[in-house]
Amino acid sequence: MSDDAREAVGDYQFGFHDPENATIRFDKGLSEQVVRDISELKNEPDWMTEIRVKAYHHFIEREMPDWGNCGQLNGIDFDNVTYFLRSSNATERDWDDVPEDIKNTFDRLGIPEAEQKWLGGVTAQYESEAVYHSIREDLEAQGVLFLDMDSGLREHPELVKKYFGTVVPHSDNKFSALNTAVWSGGSFIYVPKGVHVEMPVQAYFRINAKNMGQFERTLIIADEGSSIHYVEGCTAPTYSTDSLHSAVVELIAMKDAKIRYSTIQNWSANVYNLVTKRGVAHEGATVEWVDGNIGSKLTMKYPAVLLKGEGAHAEIISVAYAGQGQHQDAGAKVHHLAPNTTSNILSKSISKNGGRSSYRGMLQVTPKAHGCRSKIVCDALMLDSDSRSDTYPTMEVGNSTADLEHEASVSKVSGDQLFYLMSRGFSEEEAMGLIVNGFFEPFTRELPMEYAVELNKLLELEMEGSIG
Amino acid sequence: MTMSEEILRVENLHVSVDGTPILNGMDLLVNRGEIHVIMGRNGAGKSTLASVIMGHPAYEITQGNIHYMGTNLEEMDVFERARAGMFLSFQYPAVIPGVKVGTFLKKSVQAVREEEVKGREFRKEVNEAMASLEMQKSVLNRYVNDGFSGGEKKRLEILQMLLLKPHLALLDETDSGLDIDALRIVSKGINTVAPNAGCLIITHYQRLLDHVKPHFVHVMIDGAIVQSGGPELALKLESEGYEWLDAPKEA
Repeated sequence: MSDDAREAVGDYQFGFHDPENATIRFDKGLSEQVVRDISELKNEPDWMTEIRVKAYHHFIEREMPDWGNCGQLNGIDFDNVTYFLRSSNATERDWDDVPEDIKNTFDRLGIPEAEQKWLGGVTAQYESEAVYHSIREDLEAQGVLFLDMDSGLREHPELVKKYFGTVVPHSDNKFSALNTAVWSGGSFIYVPKGVHVEMPVQAYFRINAKNMGQFERTLIIADEGSSIHYVEGCTAPTYSTDSLHSAVVELIAMKDAKIRYSTIQNWSANVYNLVTKRGVAHEGATVEWVDGNIGSKLTMKYPAVLLKGEGAHAEIISVAYAGQGQHQDAGAKVHHLAPNTTSNILSKSISKNGGRSSYRGMLQVTPKAHGCRSKIVCDALMLDSDSRSDTYPTMEVGNSTADLEHEASVSKVSGDQLFYLMSRGFSEEEAMGLIVNGFFEPFTRELPMEYAVELNKLLELEMEGSIG
Repeated sequence: MTMSEEILRVENLHVSVDGTPILNGMDLLVNRGEIHVIMGRNGAGKSTLASVIMGHPAYEITQGNIHYMGTNLEEMDVFERARAGMFLSFQYPAVIPGVKVGTFLKKSVQAVREEEVKGREFRKEVNEAMASLEMQKSVLNRYVNDGFSGGEKKRLEILQMLLLKPHLALLDETDSGLDIDALRIVSKGINTVAPNAGCLIITHYQRLLDHVKPHFVHVMIDGAIVQSGGPELALKLESEGYEWLDAPKEA
């Protein structure tokens, strides 16, 4: 953060909050001026400012969704959200330069030291912007660009301009409009033709300020014949007031490229998590979403894939865990727009203590898309009778050559399973933890080891104190 | 041998499920090193006895009590019984989807021993036990009982018993559905554990007793033991059935 930028904002100490160690934060609420100020503060090119302003007006005009959990959605107080906050003065490259309190935050997140070895490169988002960013030398040598989104725009404006908003336009929905208007942070990745990034590339995000909105914007482009696995993990401490998280992720897999995007989100129970994730798969390309949703007050997230080129493939594996007072409205969308495209969707949800999980799915096969295959499996596990699970599948099939399968099941933990496990020395809580971990295993096994361990631990903690 | 050590004492046990009486005054004493066999027709209450000793919540004890190594089990939860050294080999073991056998065994042994087990030592222990039961190592990567044949399930039960080293082993129809080879292997497992434990075997068939030599054979009818004896009683049941026990005793 330059002194110029501070001057541009003027009264930068306003709202300074010691424990958050924020250098700059805006007053609450949103206006065209706030949007312009954010853009100016970041020294963005005019075209980005104009996209933001256009998106802002669309956001204001656009009605709230009239489907899903409207009661909770309407509880969002947009005037009580901080739309920009910068906590560290610059994007860091060297771990030694990362401020101590931020390192502490990561320690508390329990990121194991061993993980450092295989981190392909880290963009750790602390509050609104990346504070730590290292790119492994071999990644750089391979020509892979991996930056936070703000730096991506600064250093590679031509690429960003070409692809930004092409998969998720600002007018897609109210929250994509909001994100486009006020986005900050997120990752920008470009993988050149034929380059395979062997190790998962990771980023951590975290909400750390009261009423802090998080509006990351991620754009990943895998050029022809390349591949990358991006991993994003989220945890959040508990806050007393509502918090809004509204990210947009755009993936572009060119001919024969492969992108896998893995996420585990564990928001505190007051967070609205309203995310638009969409990928395009060109000819012979694969886009995979591995998406885990734990916590939050309301999550609405439906990772989508547009199968645009012949022979493209989509894979969407998601799990959702809804505890007390939580609604996980998650699912998947696949659009078969080209012939011989294939997709697999596996959705697993757990509801407990009156929590609610919904599967909302969309499968579309256009008339021209001949010879498509799709398999959808939805499994719901209810841990008690107060909880709720529902399914809202939509299928639009435009030709008769499609081969579609849809399986759905709702199950409960059986007394026989509990008795069996308890006879092997597990307390009832431990037994529940094992059953829940087992239920999520088809998802967990897709994660890098550290994440899998973390998720299992988290679910075991969730089972504590739940019996009785 | 020194003085016999009491492992299990069942006294005048009456048990109901949903108000229907199933056990009607059961008495049984099992000491360490003893193998007891309970035989009887279907519906006599044999499996109920095993479940109720292990603490299944569906059964209500209306009268009498069960003591395990001198402690009344009344207040003990199922998992506490397991941690105290009681083990039940299930007739129909539950399927736990998504939980790998290897993970399950380690966690279970840790829960029962109430301490961390060391990776390498534990692997060695598991490998030896599996080898003795002629089990494929690949079983460790399968999900608990998921897609297992009847014989595979029973071997996994016996494997757990070998690892958990119980003081009391309850074996509920462990021999049913096994072919000759599997029966021999499972029996070997039982014979490994039996000398240091109290063993209560529920079975329909004499053929298990070709491999496992019981000290006592009991016959259950209508929720109580009506006849006890040595191994010869099992042979008599095999040839004569249960009818002779039904006849009212008119001396």
